[in-house]
Amino acid sequence: MSRNLILGAVLSSLVLLAAVISFVWTPYDHAALNIPNKLQPPNARHWFGTDHFGRDTFSMIMVGARTSIAVALVAVGIGVGFGVPLGLTAAARQGSWLDEVIMRGNDLVFAFPSLVIAILITAVFGAGAINAIIAIGIFNIPVFARITRGAALSLWGREFILAARVSGKGAARISAEHILPNVANLLIVQGTIQFSLGILAEAGLSYVGLGAQPPTPSWGRMLADAQTMVSFAPHLALIPGLAIIVTVLGLNLLGDGLRDWLDPRIRVARA
Amino acid sequence: MTKQTFRTFVSALAMGASLFATQALAKSDITIAMQLEPPHLDPTSAAAQAIDSVVYTNIFEGLTRFMGDGSVVPGLAESWEISEDGTVYTFKLREGVTFHDGTTMDAEDVKFSLDRALAEDSANAQKALFAAIASVEVADPLTVTVTLSEPNGNFLFNMAWGDAVIVAPDSIDNIKTNPVGTGAFTFGEWVQGDSITLNRNPDYWGDQPALETATFKFISDPTAAFAAMMAEDVDVFDNFPAPENLPQFEADPRFQVLVGSTEGETILSTNNKQPPFDDIRVRQALAHAIDRQAIIDGAMFGYGTPIGTHFAPHNPAYVDLTGNSAYDPKKAAKLLADAGYEEGFETTLHLPPPSYARRGGEIIAAQLAEVGITAEIINVEWAQWLESVFKGKDFGLTIVSHTEPMDIGIYARPDYYFQYDSLDAQTLIETLNTTTDPEERNRLLGEMQRLIANDYVNGYLFQLAKLGVAKAGVQGLWKNAPTAAIDLTQISWSE
Repeated sequence: MSRNLILGAVLSSLVLLAAVISFVWTPYDHAALNIPNKLQPPNARHWFGTDHFGRDTFSMIMVGARTSIAVALVAVGIGVGFGVPLGLTAAARQGSWLDEVIMRGNDLVFAFPSLVIAILITAVFGAGAINAIIAIGIFNIPVFARITRGAALSLWGREFILAARVSGKGAARISAEHILPNVANLLIVQGTIQFSLGILAEAGLSYVGLGAQPPTPSWGRMLADAQTMVSFAPHLALIPGLAIIVTVLGLNLLGDGLRDWLDPRIRVARA
Repeated sequence: MTKQTFRTFVSALAMGASLFATQALAKSDITIAMQLEPPHLDPTSAAAQAIDSVVYTNIFEGLTRFMGDGSVVPGLAESWEISEDGTVYTFKLREGVTFHDGTTMDAEDVKFSLDRALAEDSANAQKALFAAIASVEVADPLTVTVTLSEPNGNFLFNMAWGDAVIVAPDSIDNIKTNPVGTGAFTFGEWVQGDSITLNRNPDYWGDQPALETATFKFISDPTAAFAAMMAEDVDVFDNFPAPENLPQFEADPRFQVLVGSTEGETILSTNNKQPPFDDIRVRQALAHAIDRQAIIDGAMFGYGTPIGTHFAPHNPAYVDLTGNSAYDPKKAAKLLADAGYEEGFETTLHLPPPSYARRGGEIIAAQLAEVGITAEIINVEWAQWLESVFKGKDFGLTIVSHTEPMDIGIYARPDYYFQYDSLDAQTLIETLNTTTDPEERNRLLGEMQRLIANDYVNGYLFQLAKLGVAKAGVQGLWKNAPTAAIDLTQISWSE
């Protein structure tokens, strides 16, 4: 296992752990206002200080991790859930009109700058975590569809698939039983990368006020709220910023590490 | 270089330097930043405050005008006489006043302007100001007689509003993009999305202003506002959007901070027709669930005066009714239980962009949650707010600052967006409008304040402070905002 993989796994699980623990315990109630106690720098009682309403920043970061992970997870879920079957279908019916329709549809979605469309969707249907998830999720679909189709196409020409066809399996069964397990590695790696992009997108949307709405804490909105206070309370901007960096860096390292680790060619070379 | 030429060179250099120095001293231009850009420049056909900020007293003048201290003084009308019964106002106009297009301003123009505001199809945003007028007649070119249907103690005050300015009939078609008035400044250029420039009017009837040009720059983002001010890109910020940054300006010798009051009663507007807010016990519960001081400290960093009714504390007629709705969550919970909402209820809280609303809303939502009321926060832009809340009346709660001066009369309008329908309030305002005796007026105003406070029409939060930031050398800025205005005629640079 590479150093990248270990570091990535450690950073990612740190964030995941914070999110999971926040369900049962946070140092303070993340939504409890304590205005006389506002804008405290990091100290023994408030490890990450307090914000302009006197809320505990550490608790908000923990719960904010939950928001980020939930949004990114569901968005990747949407991408995998729709994209992978579409990609498998397109590969199974390679060259047919169905393949064309699916892949040109993907091109269409790809052609739009994703964050701009996400802003459009949330502006039309109202700001909120659910709409942010849908907006980010839609743009994950073509990513997974393409990668699945590409990998599946090269498999369809292989002997073991031919053997399966000869034994009478239909295209759907072959896709599910033989193609899917063989592209899973790729999907896991891509999923990790998309997950980190999803976290960035969520932070971006909530930074412009289109993500999770208050009082649900969100790293992006914490950054936006801190903007005018950077000069006298820099921790308010630094801490959510660092949280985003750590998470995205961790997931990217994890993705890189997983790719190296799971890649059969490298595995053979190692052995 | 000979000695002679060197001397000439040095003295020429010195002369140049001194010339430059005098120019630097007599600085006659100014850049003033405001947060919102006006939609157009006709103050007589829209309620947008940003229009008045640019044009009031600078481009357009009325018969009377507001001064920075809120007093009403003669404007284009030099003097006036009021008949015994208080229904006939005879205005004597100033002589030799011309519009920026060169035409003379006379009684016909006054009649045109008032008739235009009175007309059936008038687009004026404050028609109530003119409601008392029965007829406007031209006695001679410099005398106008305004007859009221009944005495109105507010009439001279009403005529000072930006909505009652005198416009030029010839240029009325283009007023929105090329305003032509009688003021000390003429309209220069409007770069959409960026700035508006005004130039000194050499033919102004009054004293020439110290400034030659003034540029209004529009900076909506609080962070950008802070950066522009710190970088000295702008000389003045009319009303600084981020109160948390004021201590930094105060500590910096390059700047001065002017903390004053506005006419903005910041309230938790409640839809009085929407259940459960049609129940007075629920509205009273709201009032007791709110901790005003926490909102002022948390949202405005301490700037703002608590209010207990819809009236400006700096007005002599103000009655302090904050005790009527003191913070008492236990009482609030009991009132909710009495009204049948032991379990609380869910509602919406629409928040327009200013920080008093966005931050105040987060605080209020948290305070309401403590008594069991779940207020779903919906952040909206101003256009959306006007559409769905103000016009559509589709809201439960919203936070907004009512910045019009002396606007308690809105409580006599049952179709106004918070939909308070009270016969008592309507009769009271009617009596008030026909009362001219100042003491009696103050008494009636006090009664009105008590009535709406006891009916808990809205949650009364605080009087919005005016937070002006300017470079140290700027003089003559209005500290308070009796109306939305940036009076350029008074502004100058100290030597």
